[in-house]
This record gives sequence, C-alpha cells and structure tokens, in this order.
Amino acid sequence: MPRVLLVEDDLSAREGVELGLRRRGHQVLATATGEAGLEALPAFRPDLLLLDLMLPAMSGVQVCRRVRESSQMPIIMLTARGDDVDIVVGLEAGADDYIVKPARTEVIEARIRAVLRRVEVPAGAAVPAVEQHGELGIDRAGWTVLRSGAPVPLAPSELKLLLCLSAVPEQVFSRQRLLEEVWEHSYHSDVRLVDACVRRLRAKIEDDCASPRYVQTLRGLGYRFGPL
Amino acid sequence: MAAAFGLRTRLVIAFLLVAAVSAVTTAALTYREARSAVLVRAQDTAVASFREEVEQFVPELPLDPDALRWYLYDIAARAKPHPWIVFAEYGSLRASSGDRPVSGVVTAELRRAALTSPHGSFERVVKDGSAYLTIGMPVMTRIIAGGRAVPSGLVLFAVMPMTNEEVDIDGLVTAARDGALPGLAVALVPALLAARSVLRPVRALRRAAHSMGGGRFDTRIPVHGRDEMADLARTFNESAARLEDSVQELRDAGTRARRFASDVSHELRTPLAGMLAVTDVVDEDAGALSPDTARAVRLISAETAKLAVLVEDLMEISRFDARAAELNTDEVDAAEAVRGTLSGRQWLGRVHAELPDGLRIRLDPRRFDVVVANLVGNALRHGAEPVTVRLSARGGALITEVHDSGPGIAPDALPHIFDRFYKADTARSRSSGSGLGLAITEENVHLHGGRVRAENPPGGGALFTVELPFEGPASPGGETDGRPSAQSGSGPADSRDRTGATT
Repeated sequence: MPRVLLVEDDLSAREGVELGLRRRGHQVLATATGEAGLEALPAFRPDLLLLDLMLPAMSGVQVCRRVRESSQMPIIMLTARGDDVDIVVGLEAGADDYIVKPARTEVIEARIRAVLRRVEVPAGAAVPAVEQHGELGIDRAGWTVLRSGAPVPLAPSELKLLLCLSAVPEQVFSRQRLLEEVWEHSYHSDVRLVDACVRRLRAKIEDDCASPRYVQTLRGLGYRFGPL
Repeated sequence: MAAAFGLRTRLVIAFLLVAAVSAVTTAALTYREARSAVLVRAQDTAVASFREEVEQFVPELPLDPDALRWYLYDIAARAKPHPWIVFAEYGSLRASSGDRPVSGVVTAELRRAALTSPHGSFERVVKDGSAYLTIGMPVMTRIIAGGRAVPSGLVLFAVMPMTNEEVDIDGLVTAARDGALPGLAVALVPALLAARSVLRPVRALRRAAHSMGGGRFDTRIPVHGRDEMADLARTFNESAARLEDSVQELRDAGTRARRFASDVSHELRTPLAGMLAVTDVVDEDAGALSPDTARAVRLISAETAKLAVLVEDLMEISRFDARAAELNTDEVDAAEAVRGTLSGRQWLGRVHAELPDGLRIRLDPRRFDVVVANLVGNALRHGAEPVTVRLSARGGALITEVHDSGPGIAPDALPHIFDRFYKADTARSRSSGSGLGLAITEENVHLHGGRVRAENPPGGGALFTVELPFEGPASPGGETDGRPSAQSGSGPADSRDRTGATT
C-alpha cells in the first residue's frame, strides 16, 4: 500500500485524514508544518505527498516548489479555501491534483490511487522500446521521456498527459476527456488542472512555449500531440 | 404655460418685458411733456403776438369791409410764429384775410368766450386730421383815461395751422420708437447673461443630482458667493454628504455580513475536514457497537455529510455575494454535459433525457453541472418520477427543461422558490439539501447571463426552465496555437476567453 506523507496544520483534519487513510491500509506519516514535512521526506520516502495549502510558516505552495526542485513524486494539494487563485498557484507550482476540504476518505483515496496509477500499455500491442517524435523519445513501458537523449523529469500528471496525448498523435482531446483519462475525474471537474499541467509540460519539453510543437492547443476544442 | 418654456426663455422674456415696459413708459412720459412744451410755446407766442396786433388795431368807424380786409391782411402778414388767417366778425359783418369770410374751424364756444372775455381766449381744434390753434380776441373801445375799456363788439379771430408742431411731435414718436427697439436688442445681452448666471448653478445642480443617482455619492457642487443658488448648492452638498455616510454605513454593514458568512463557512470547514474524513471509519464499525450507540454514531455521520454540503453551499453563496464567482467558460456539447451530470450521480436510470446532439455552447461546465444537478436533484427529491430533462435551442437561447411528475409547487411558494433557505414543503424541510440549491442555481444561471424560472405547467408536475444565451450551433474552430500568444504561450485558448465575471 502507498506511503503517504500528510502535511496538515489543523489537528482534527490531520488526525481525521490520517486515521481514515491508515484504516484503508496506507502508511501515513502526518506532520504539522511544511518544514517538518520536508525534513521527514528523505527518511520516510513517501510514494505521495498530501499537502495542505494553508500552512502556518512555510506555505504549501512553497513546500511544493521545494519538493519539485529535486523530486517528481506525486503531490496532491489539500485546500480549505474556495479561493480559486490558490488552486491555480498550487497547480503552477507543480501539484498534480487537488482536493477541496472537507472530503471523505474514500474521495481522498480515490485521488491518491488515480495519481499513482500507471497508464497501462495495451496488452499484446507491438510497442517499440522508445517512440521517437522529433527530439522527444517516449518510453511507454519504461515510464520515461527523453529529450535529445536526456531524460526529462516529469511529474506523474505531466507524464500521463503526454503519454495520453502522444498515444494517438494528431487526435484532439477535449479538456474534459483529458480530465477523465489522466486525472480520472468526473466529467465536470476543474479544467484548470489540464491547463496548468499543459503549461508545466510545455515548459519542460518545448523549445518555445509561445509556439509549441508537441502539445498544441486547438481553440475551443482542446489539445493534441503534433503534428510535428 | 410656464412649463412649456425653459427657464432660460422665461428669464429672457421677463427681462425683455421689463425693458420694454420701462422704455415705453419713459417714451410716453417724455412724449407727453415734450409735446405740451412744444405746443404751449407755440400757442403762447401766437396768443401774445395776436393780442398785441389786436390792441394796436383801432378800426375806423363805421366799419368798411374793404378797409377792414386790408387791416386784416396787415395783421396776417405779421403772423407769429406761423402764418395765420385772420377773421373779423362784427354783427353780421364778416371779413377775413383768407379766401372765405368765415372760418370753418372756429367753434361756437370760442366765439362766445371771445365776446365775453376782454383778454381773448384760444382753443386747439383738430379738424380733418389737422390741428389748428384758434384765437379769439375782442377789439376794445378806447375811452377817457381812468375808465374801463369796453368791448366794441368787433372780434378778430386767428386760425393758425400747427403743422410744424405735428411734425415735431411725430419726430418725437419716431425717435422714441427708434431708440426703444435697439434698446430692447441691447437689453437681450444682459438678459442672456443674467439667465446664464442663474442657469449655470442650476445645470451644475442637475449634473450633480444625476451623478448621485448614478451611485457616485461623493459628488459635490462648488459653492460660489452667498446668494440663494449658493445656499442651494450648500444644502445639496450637506445632504449628499449625509447620504454618502448612510450609504457607506449600509455598504459596510452588508460587507461585514457577507464577510461573516464567508468566515463562518471557512471556519466550519476545518473541523468538518477531520469529521468527514472519519465518517467512513464510523460507518464501517457501527455494526459492532450496541444498537443505540450505532444509531447515534450513524446519525452523527449522516449529519456530518449534510453539514459538509451546507458549508460548501454557503461558501458558494458567499462567493456570489462577494462577486468573486468566476465564469470559466469552455465550449461543450450540451447533451454530453447533461449526460455527464446524470451519469456522475447515477441518475441515468431514473431520469428520462431528451438530449439532441449538436448543441455546442460556450459555458462554464462546472457551473452548468451544478445547475442541472440541483434541478434534477430537486425534482427527484421533491417531485415524483418520471423526471424528464429536455434540451432545445430556441431564439438565441439554449433551453434546459427539468420536469417532474409530482404535485407541482404550491402557488404561494412559486415566487420564493429561488430564495435562500426557502423550503416550499415544510413537512419535508429536513429531508436533504441545504436549502441553498435553487438559490445557487439561479446565481449560476445569472452569471451566464441567462434566466431560470419555475412553473406548474397544465399537464401537472413542476417545470424548471433554464435559458442560457446561445449563439447558435458553434462551428469548431480549426486554429492551432502555432501563432504566438500574449502570455507565455502555455495558456490554451480558454485562458484568453476566461471571463472575470463581476456582475
């Protein structure tokens, strides 16, 4: 079962979420501050970071950025605010998904599972070891992406988005469809997840973000991979 | 009558009337004085010189008409100041210096007066439009010194046409008229200036009042001078200041109330986060507890879930109240969106859906989901199945109808059905739902610039109709983002279309 590092300053929320997740078999380490969470990171080696946005000293967004400097581990933000700006900032900082508090444990667990789930390689399909798209090499089985031969560190949502789009090059995916396929969200979730993820992915794989080659926007329709 | 003209016109007319009346009055008085002065001078000269002539005239007796006529010629030649015709009357004898022996101008009164008065008398006569001065003068007999002079019975009359005087007086009238008209024209200038000086503050007042009506309560009028207009401006400014204070107070109170609602829901969320996370645990283990404890625990768990919904709805309403609700639009297929809402809540089997394809519309999918979910949920809860959801496009609007087969909405509840916490069915008020669902629905529809209404159609049940502005079947745009965009290029089409809704 996944190891989850929970950073949450509110005692009842921390205990409730910890209890609920532990009940479902997760190994949970709960810390009250971002600093403590970062400190616990190397020893605990979590599979996923569950991060409250509103933390007393170091904010969740700052923790998120710090983690992303060295790691592409899945990060899910917990937000108690209805403030949409915080969500956008958190997503820009590199979070893969977010959960609005209060939430049932089953909802939290479903998101954790979705973020951790790997894209299945179609069984029996003759998949080349590395697909080459321009300078981009995509290794579906190996779960890695190379750019001009060098590995590109991609967060899980970014990688899954790229794998989803590049699986059918030149096909247009609506943002709702991407939310369902990549994030496993219901139809009407927040499409800003997709937009923020596309921005982060482009920053990592595109030469010029102003005129992207790989992940292209089709106004009013969605996104597609290529044509190159 | 007064209302038919503007203030400016009325002021100018009043000003000109005053100017005209004073001009006419002055002219009339001047005319009268000047006229009498001219006439009196002429007639005084005439009477005096005629008397002199008559006094020097000592006729020879008995009177010889021919000799008398020569005398008369003589007197007529020395006429002063204008030529006159001299007539003589003595008994039945008539003579004159003119063509006719008897004057047609001399009146009977003058004749009588001339006979009795030793100093003679005169009269102004107007005949056939011409003015004449007629003078009657008796010729006196000379008696021994010390005795009284006695009228001899001979009376001389002088008839003098006053043509020159008439011309002079006509000249006066012309001069008065010629002076008055330019005077009135000149008076127009101060009239306009005066009107302007009155109207400027009035206009400023009007602008200020209009500005206040538009909600700019900091509007003030500059106060000049100490006249009534300045008083009015000062009063206006004081009232405006008081009004501004009151409005500010009301606004502050409203803001405080809204912020309080928002703060309360924020504060409620944190404990709920912990509680809601453990409801699963509680529910799973409830079976192992004693029956009473299990019931209590399940009650807490169920109510926690409802409380979470209520808090979420309160947060949503607070965002609308704070005008912080954003519209994140996207182009979607309306039928697909409704199907997503129904399937996401496992309603597909319970709801009859008529969803024609091809209705692509720009809307906020999340908000549209809330609208449809609230209406369908409301129909399933308070109405009765079958519930029908029908999509159609009509007259520039996408129409979403949700129709249930229940008893419909009580008529007295209809006007309040979208009010916050309004529960049409008091008996079932605690069934479920926060009491904010329809209010949130309405806010979301308004945010899209649409309308929502509830009615009881003839066939029975309750019908909710949502109309969203719709530009007809949208054509899929084929633009790629190969062109540079304004912001870092990573923003997809929607981020440029995002509408910061601040209605």
